[in-house]
Amino acid sequence: MTTQTTAKTSVVKVETQVKKARLSRALILPALIFSIVLTQIPFLVTIYFSTLEWNLLKPTEIKFTWFDNYVAVFEKGDLLPATFATIGITSLAVVFSVVLGLFLAVLLDRKFRGQAVARTLLITPFLLMPAAASLIWKHSMFDSNVGILSWLTEALGGTPIQWTTDLPFLVVVIMLTWQYTPFMMLILLAGLQSQTPEVLEAAAVDGASAWKTFRWITLPHLRQYVEIAVLLGTIMLLQVFDPIAIITKGTGGTKTLSYLLYERAFVGLNVGEAAAYGVVTVLLTIVVATVALRSLFKVFIEGGQR
Amino acid sequence: MRKLKNSLITSLTWLIVIIFFFPVFWMFINAFKSEQDASAIPPTLIFEPNFSGFQRLMDRGMADYLLNSLTSSVLSTLIVLLLAIPAAYALSIRPIKKIQDVLFFFISTRFLPAAASLLPLYMIFKSLGVLDNINALSLVYAAMNLPIAVWMMRSFFNEVPMEIVEAAQIDGANFRTELIRIVLPIVLPGIAAVALICFIFSWNEYFLATLLTTSDAKTAPPFLASFVDGRGLFLGVLSAASMVAALPVLIAGWIAQKQLVRGLAMGAVK
Repeated sequence: MTTQTTAKTSVVKVETQVKKARLSRALILPALIFSIVLTQIPFLVTIYFSTLEWNLLKPTEIKFTWFDNYVAVFEKGDLLPATFATIGITSLAVVFSVVLGLFLAVLLDRKFRGQAVARTLLITPFLLMPAAASLIWKHSMFDSNVGILSWLTEALGGTPIQWTTDLPFLVVVIMLTWQYTPFMMLILLAGLQSQTPEVLEAAAVDGASAWKTFRWITLPHLRQYVEIAVLLGTIMLLQVFDPIAIITKGTGGTKTLSYLLYERAFVGLNVGEAAAYGVVTVLLTIVVATVALRSLFKVFIEGGQR
Repeated sequence: MRKLKNSLITSLTWLIVIIFFFPVFWMFINAFKSEQDASAIPPTLIFEPNFSGFQRLMDRGMADYLLNSLTSSVLSTLIVLLLAIPAAYALSIRPIKKIQDVLFFFISTRFLPAAASLLPLYMIFKSLGVLDNINALSLVYAAMNLPIAVWMMRSFFNEVPMEIVEAAQIDGANFRTELIRIVLPIVLPGIAAVALICFIFSWNEYFLATLLTTSDAKTAPPFLASFVDGRGLFLGVLSAASMVAALPVLIAGWIAQKQLVRGLAMGAVK
């Protein structure tokens, strides 16, 4: 008798669970399908395109060529420099903006007059439309005739620098650091403010210096926040496009993978080769992202254990 | 001594804040200068306010481009919310098996450089005749923002106490009442943050807009970039255009700083 009822309830249970799982799946499915249709399927089509000989000037002569496009892509030899440019720009901008962001977060964590105003002004670079920011930096700051920086160097007695033509790499890194420092600062400031005041007070009572407290209590506490900041910064910066397209047009070692792909895909007429560039770029981006994030976090973990 | 040190640090803080804000400040100032004043060397801080820059923006039809920006941002944000809220609800409150796979799938699509799937989309849009179409652009923006929205939204849903949900279920609340009456009110601030972030990303987007639009559906960022083609002085009008284009997001971000950080840090920052 009793076994029968338990069997019955468990059947009901299983049934409701199946029903629940079905509901969950039905709720996720629209988002999943939307994503697949607009991102995954086009990527598969890109892979298919990459095996075709297809020139837009000869739209009737499309034929299958296996891996000829990939051979052509590798023979051009612009992938390696683009990979290095991507790694260089991303890692420098991430490191500079995290370090500067930490410094600023510590400064803003104190109580002082106008603290809220200072924070609001400071986050503005991150909110400013990147295209607008790139244009303002290019024409209003770095311009060799009317730029503020040129005027400043001359006023201080130096020779004016042709920033965008002579130092394009530095210009992009400066502009991106400027843009991302506020973002890093906000995340790290949230980390600083989540510290329990009792611990800091206890350290002060025990006679720990400000530096020692920072080094041994605050920094370890901040580690997870730094990790989030680095992760998000890397995701966003790996695909950065606006300042490169607007300020440097890929000159002087700033031709990143995303800009190279843009140049190949939408300036040239060879669809097959452009698609091959697309596929290789995706693979390289994934490799760079994985390697970069892994090695960065390794540094953190080792640093944290010392 | 301590007081001196304190005010020194405060001064240093303000100095850095001013340096960081300066390009934006200069953009604001130049927007209200005549072209001669805007390009003057040495730079002038004292000038007669001049609104000809704004006049010229309107003459070049900036209002249309702003309207396009608004349409694509609002439309894509609505699509994202419509898709991401149910998905996040299911992933967080009624988790299924293989949930990790689903989540990983979503985040991995964000790592995919947009350009890689863009070529076929471009071809399809071209053959469908929607290459310069604001609705098509909105769809692409929705796809761009959806993965991050699902992730952010899930972290907000995760904070809903399970006891409340279970109590509602025991009381016999069906799924719809449970979602609308119980869960949504709790996560509303989170949803607002996600909506704001999606709006900002779409409003500021430049790459896809340059490629998928030419004139009818052109948004503000490519319009800005096309501003620098003429000869002669353009700093004043460029600054005015940049200011107008950037202002909506600046104001929204200034007001909602806290939600913005929490959303962007995917709930990891409290």
